[in-house]
Amino acid sequence: MPIAKMTSSVLKILGKKPSTRAYPFYKRPAFKDARGKIVIDIPLCIYCGICMRRCPANAIFTNIKEKVWTIDHFRCVNCKLCVDVCPKKCLSMESDQALPSTTRLGPEPSLKK
Amino acid sequence: MGKQTIIPFGPQHPVLPEPIHLDLVCEDEKVVDVIPKIGFIHRGLEKLIEKKEFTDFVHIADRVCGICSFIHGMTYCMAIEGVMNIEVPPRAQYLRVIWSEFSRIHSHLLWLGLTADAFGFENLFMATWRIREHILDIIEETTGGRVIFGASKIGGTRRDISNDKLKDILKELEGIEAQIRECSEVFLKDSSVKSRLVGVGVLTKEDAYKLGAVGPMLRASGHDYDVRMSPYAAYQELDFVPVVENSCDSYGRCVVRIKELYQSCRLIEKAVAKIPEGAIETKIVGFPKGEYFARSEQPRGEVVYYVKGDGTKMLKRFRVRTPTFANLPPLLKVLTGCQLADVPILVLTIDPCISCTER
Repeated sequence: MPIAKMTSSVLKILGKKPSTRAYPFYKRPAFKDARGKIVIDIPLCIYCGICMRRCPANAIFTNIKEKVWTIDHFRCVNCKLCVDVCPKKCLSMESDQALPSTTRLGPEPSLKK
Repeated sequence: MGKQTIIPFGPQHPVLPEPIHLDLVCEDEKVVDVIPKIGFIHRGLEKLIEKKEFTDFVHIADRVCGICSFIHGMTYCMAIEGVMNIEVPPRAQYLRVIWSEFSRIHSHLLWLGLTADAFGFENLFMATWRIREHILDIIEETTGGRVIFGASKIGGTRRDISNDKLKDILKELEGIEAQIRECSEVFLKDSSVKSRLVGVGVLTKEDAYKLGAVGPMLRASGHDYDVRMSPYAAYQELDFVPVVENSCDSYGRCVVRIKELYQSCRLIEKAVAKIPEGAIETKIVGFPKGEYFARSEQPRGEVVYYVKGDGTKMLKRFRVRTPTFANLPPLLKVLTGCQLADVPILVLTIDPCISCTER
């Protein structure tokens, strides 16, 4: 009976839509509250450096004198700790992932006031 | 006695992404001795405990392993809670059980897929990983991460799952279980799969005990030992009984893992039915002083966490004994005397996770 069983599965699969998505044409929307990418509302930032000290991956760099806040998205491990510890609540997490970049492991251009 | 040849296996090997190196001493096609070597991906995570605050280190403990990440984070939290005598709220305990079991299902499905790939059954590999994708979606929806959950926190959990969502999860889990049933039929009954697994890599009951095997490797050799039997999280309220097989071979290990998939589904159902309302975390005050051992059952076996604090915000010492490390001596035992062609499948039956062994 294996032939009959196989034919029935083949017919069943032919009637089904594909299991995979046609990726570049259809992108699955990210889940709500998924950890994707850190974004900063720079006018609110006071450059206190708490996020830099607490970051487990040392991905954030801040300088209070020059008023600089940068993040290396390739170093970031998306733990969302900086969002939790930020005293001014200027950091937040987008649910979409960080995009690929043409520069290798470089931080984003400095964000200045 | 024939001429002996040494065949190097790994650290880069097509069948195994894990960087373990084995020098296989062969006589013709038979392996007579094995010399292992690990240490290719040491990251120094244990030393990092001196640089990061003990509350932030949860995120690093989460990343010790890429597959059983949640259980690593949870065990670290359990260790710190033990030092500081923190009472974890019951709802958080149940959430920990639910996420641990999801972690187990996705890890076992991953193992089944890799094993199918190792004995050349590509279709089965894709079928199991397709099921795993549904599990990963549930995990991402409830915790925010696909494999690194990031949901552990000292004193509780970081996120809650709403009761409506828990009911939806149960419905989804029913569909997933039907798919697992379909796939496991092939693993358990197909003659080509059986010919690669039955009677291969026999580890006797005495050897498994003497060499200190853990997890499915131990339970497939007839020992009913599972850390979930000792109370941690909310397992003591869920009538847990370990899965035990007596066949002692690779097929037995496969059966244990498949049965554990169903068992995990049952545990999630029971946990959802019993989960109480209430807070999900206790606030922590002060710094850890003292030392503590915490144990938990990972998909691969028992993991042991040791922490030592001196009353400051950085811990003094942190140590992990991962299940793969405990399973290496039994692996060498089963490899000795096997056929060269069975080496990849035997290395896979311990479900090696070298990156967490080396940390």
